[in-house]
Parts: sequence; structure tokens; C-alpha cells
Amino acid sequence: MKNIKYLAIGLFFGLTLTKGEAISWYRIQEMFRFESFHMFGIFMTAISTGALSLFIIRKLKLKTATGEEVEMPKKEYHHGVIIGSLLFGFGWALTGACPGPIYAQIGSGFLVTTFTLLAALFGTWCYAYFQKYLPD
Amino acid sequence: MNWIYEPWPWYVAGPLIGLTVPLLLLVGNKKLGISSSLRHICAAVAPANLNLLKYEWRKEAWSLFFAAGVLLGGFVGSYLFANPNPVAISEGTQVYLNSFKIKSSIGLMPTELFNWNTLFSVKGFLLMIVGGFLVGFGTRYARGCTSGHGILGLSALQWPSLIATASFFVGGILFSKFILPYILTL
Repeated sequence: MKNIKYLAIGLFFGLTLTKGEAISWYRIQEMFRFESFHMFGIFMTAISTGALSLFIIRKLKLKTATGEEVEMPKKEYHHGVIIGSLLFGFGWALTGACPGPIYAQIGSGFLVTTFTLLAALFGTWCYAYFQKYLPD
Repeated sequence: MNWIYEPWPWYVAGPLIGLTVPLLLLVGNKKLGISSSLRHICAAVAPANLNLLKYEWRKEAWSLFFAAGVLLGGFVGSYLFANPNPVAISEGTQVYLNSFKIKSSIGLMPTELFNWNTLFSVKGFLLMIVGGFLVGFGTRYARGCTSGHGILGLSALQWPSLIATASFFVGGILFSKFILPYILTL
């Protein structure tokens, strides 16, 4: 099973999110009220670590495990980057979860948040359905 | 080994979260992103001939394994290495939440809000169902979430990701300030 390694990396990612309390509804409320540095510290150090790693990968021309060229991520602008992101921000404040933490909240024993996941799937599907009527 | 049970401070958790970016790239040229897993599940279960859901989702199966791993990570972090104390949120937030009768108890979520009884109340429906819907709808519309835009996109200095991340926060800040208090009093 070549995909098992992604299960392991996911476990690592979920564990760090959980132990860093980034999946905690309390922490998200605190973050949006600017009452602690905790979440902002997580973001800043995570992004710096990511940026530094990408810099090293580029500089040393590191290859993937199978010897491929590493593809650098590219994100393109469209208006959904603003409209969609605002809507997601509302949802983040309500659930205390972005998509990663939705899974981790279920794993952390709050089985009722399975419904948050189902609702997120329904939301994703509805976007796919209404996409053609919405501004890009 | 006490550190593993205690919550990890931001300067430990943050860099480890960031390491997921090179890990995924070097292991298999994969880009960190979680909201796409929601799309793949929709594509697998109910493609309904919609443009956004018509593709070979099996080629993206790694993303579903990754998502399953995140769920397991939540389990390991909350059961095997559980923090024996409530989340140490700042006093200001505690006072604020207490004013809605939300106490900080052991566990990462307030059980007063997230339980099977509230799920069928207006408050719980708004928090979990409407909230979840907005997370799914919004992240697909934005083509990325906190991991894809916020961590990966910003690490790669992509300006659309900066706009996205700023908008996540603007949305969250405005919502918590002006709307959430009404929902929490329900």
C-alpha cells in the first residue's frame, strides 16, 4: 500500500494540531478575540518553517524520494479567494475547526462533530452544484 | 516524558506543523491541503455530473489517507497523550465564555455546546451544521483552507494565499464579534 505513508504523515500533522490545541474551539475563540499569542505564534512559526524548507529544497535542488523534481505550489487569484474565505471564516468561528481539525475533533472523541464533517461535505457539494451561478 | 502529555507550546507545535510541507513534497510531491479531501469524498460518493466533481478521484486517494491520519492524530493526541488539565486559555477569554455559561473543562471542546442533545437544538445546529456547511462551501469556493492557503500557500509566498488567509481572519473576527454572541445566548 503506497498510500500508507500519507496516513503516517497525516497522523503526525493531526497529532501536532491536537497537542498544539489548534483544533480547540476555545483556542479559536481566543484567537479571534486577540486574547492570546498562542495561535498566532503557531501560524507564524509554521509558515516560517514551511518557507525555510521550500527555500532549502530549491537551493539544494532536492529531489523527491522517487527522484522527481519537486513541484513548487502555485495559487492563482480569483474572487472566490475573498468571498469563499470570508464564508469559511464564519464557519471557523462557529465550529472552531478548519477542515484539518474537523477530522481531528472527531478523533479526539467528540463524535458528534461527525455531523460537522457531514455538513462540510454537503457544503462542498453545494458549492460544486452552484458554482456556475456564482462569481468566480 | 511529561512534555508529551502537556499541551505543546506554540514554538514547538508551529514548526512541527510547518514540517508537514517539506515532508509531503519530498515523500511524494504532494501539496499540503485538507479541504481537497472533502472534494474527493464528494467526487467519490455523489459526483452528480458536476464539473467540479468529474475527475479521477482515485488518483488523489493519498489525500483521503492523509485525512484519515489526521483523525487518528486527534485520537492519539487526546487519548494516549491526553492533557489532564483544561485548555489554558487566557483569563479574558475565560471571563467572556463564562458570561455565556461556558466553562473550560478537560478536553479541547466545550461539552456544553458540542454534544448530541445540542445537535438537535437551534444553537447546536448553527454551531455544527451551519458552521460545517460554511467551512465546506467556503473552502471549496476559495480553493483552499488554512493548510492549503494559510500554511502551504504563504510558505511559497503566493499572494492569493495572503488574501485568502487575511479573509479567513476578517470573516472569523467579524463573526465572533457581531454574530456569535447572539448564537451563544440562545
